[in-house]
Amino acid sequence: MDFDVAFLVSTFVKLVDAVPMTLALFAASVSLGALFALGITYCRVSGGLLLSTFARAYVFVFRGSPLLIQMFLIYYGLGQFPAVRHSLFWPVLRDPFSCAVLALALCTAGYQAEIMRGGLQAVPAREIEAGRAAGMSGLLLFRRIIAPIAIRQALPAYSTEVILMVKSTALASLVTVWEVTGTAQRLISQTYRTMEVFLVATLIYLLINFIIVRLMAFAEYRLSPHLRERPDPASGGGRQGEVHG
Amino acid sequence: MADAPVPAISVRNIHKSFGQHEVLRGISLDAHDGDVISILGASGSGKSTFLRCINLLETPDEGEITVAGEAIAMKRNRAGSLVPADRKQVDRIRSELAMVFQSFNLWSHMTVLQNLIEGPVHVLKRPKAECVAEAEALLEKVGLAERRNYYPAHLSGGQQQRAAIARALAMQPKALLFDEPTSALDPELVGEVLKVMRSLAEEGRTMLVVTHEMAFARNVSDRVMFLHEGVVEADGAPEDIFTNSESERFRQFIGGFQA
Repeated sequence: MDFDVAFLVSTFVKLVDAVPMTLALFAASVSLGALFALGITYCRVSGGLLLSTFARAYVFVFRGSPLLIQMFLIYYGLGQFPAVRHSLFWPVLRDPFSCAVLALALCTAGYQAEIMRGGLQAVPAREIEAGRAAGMSGLLLFRRIIAPIAIRQALPAYSTEVILMVKSTALASLVTVWEVTGTAQRLISQTYRTMEVFLVATLIYLLINFIIVRLMAFAEYRLSPHLRERPDPASGGGRQGEVHG
Repeated sequence: MADAPVPAISVRNIHKSFGQHEVLRGISLDAHDGDVISILGASGSGKSTFLRCINLLETPDEGEITVAGEAIAMKRNRAGSLVPADRKQVDRIRSELAMVFQSFNLWSHMTVLQNLIEGPVHVLKRPKAECVAEAEALLEKVGLAERRNYYPAHLSGGQQQRAAIARALAMQPKALLFDEPTSALDPELVGEVLKVMRSLAEEGRTMLVVTHEMAFARNVSDRVMFLHEGVVEADGAPEDIFTNSESERFRQFIGGFQA
């Protein structure tokens, strides 16, 4: 295989053009998925039997079936029903980008809900009890004690899920969204240079994920001074003790 | 003369069962301002459960609790068990009765100083600058001023418990509830915590102390209550009860500690 730098560079430029679409799919589906996940987690941990059964079933279905099939069902499947085509949702469900985001969001919501539940379960009961004993309850207790501890516990698993989602956006190419992988396939069908194009695409995904991994690691570092080394007594604890009321 | 002073804490006829097991079988107590009452008993005697019923961390099955003259409103739910009638009142009463736990229960994601101002700022809604100044004075008092920016995980057990006591004091409570505050500590760390508790007793704080520290019960408290199988088996001033209690069980209990 010739090592054609000019071709690699031009491919890189073309694929970088598709990066905004990949990022848009990623950002929209992860945040929408997080909203769904909050609702599912709420049903699971504080709902009655009916709500928690719904939450379990949701997680089972969306975690247990292939994302690609979920996406096909939403994009190609739903349009077969006249009721859907005549409904309020048709402008959303006929649009490939919206369908891809919806499928990605519904799927990640199942995983994110389980990650959130794990984070909540890892909050020590005695720290919650100390909150109650100080007169906290409801939202105040959740906001000040439960959520901050749960988020810290959930963050490592959450970063993994976020990285998986960057890669999952590639599936949107199969419902005609021109993100990085879709664009790469189009280039291949024009040039037949599979190896080079996919290598460049891989490089782009690695770059995106490198940035995301660094960001998540930074967030984790900032949120967990209590898990790091004991501060140097001479410095009086350094600057980590800023009081954020 | 005016009427008899209103007790800081008044508890009437508390009953509590866990399943079939009746842990508390009718316990009453009046604690007046400045009283230091030690609650003793073998493990399983119900002493911690009794303390936790006072701020409703456990809901009693029967009984009445009054804090500074204000009765905690209770009602019966459909199953017939007693439940608090007004959650807001319970939250407020809890903020007036600070608790110190056996395993400290400091909030792990906050520094010592943040632990101290959390309740005053977010529950009592007091100005933060004022709370920080008070918290620093309290940390000075318990000997942790230079540790104020440490996280609980970076402190020894004794330091954590002193921080937890300072956190309780930061709420400016009407009374302090101590649930076996030294039981989770290494023996060499017990002294520093007892010293702080003794200084609180000397400044006239109202304290209910569930403990196994016989010397504290005997030398610091005004009154000793001995629970056995969910009832008050012996009760009185320490100088009387430790020298000539009528209760054979209590004599056996303290005998076990002297051995």
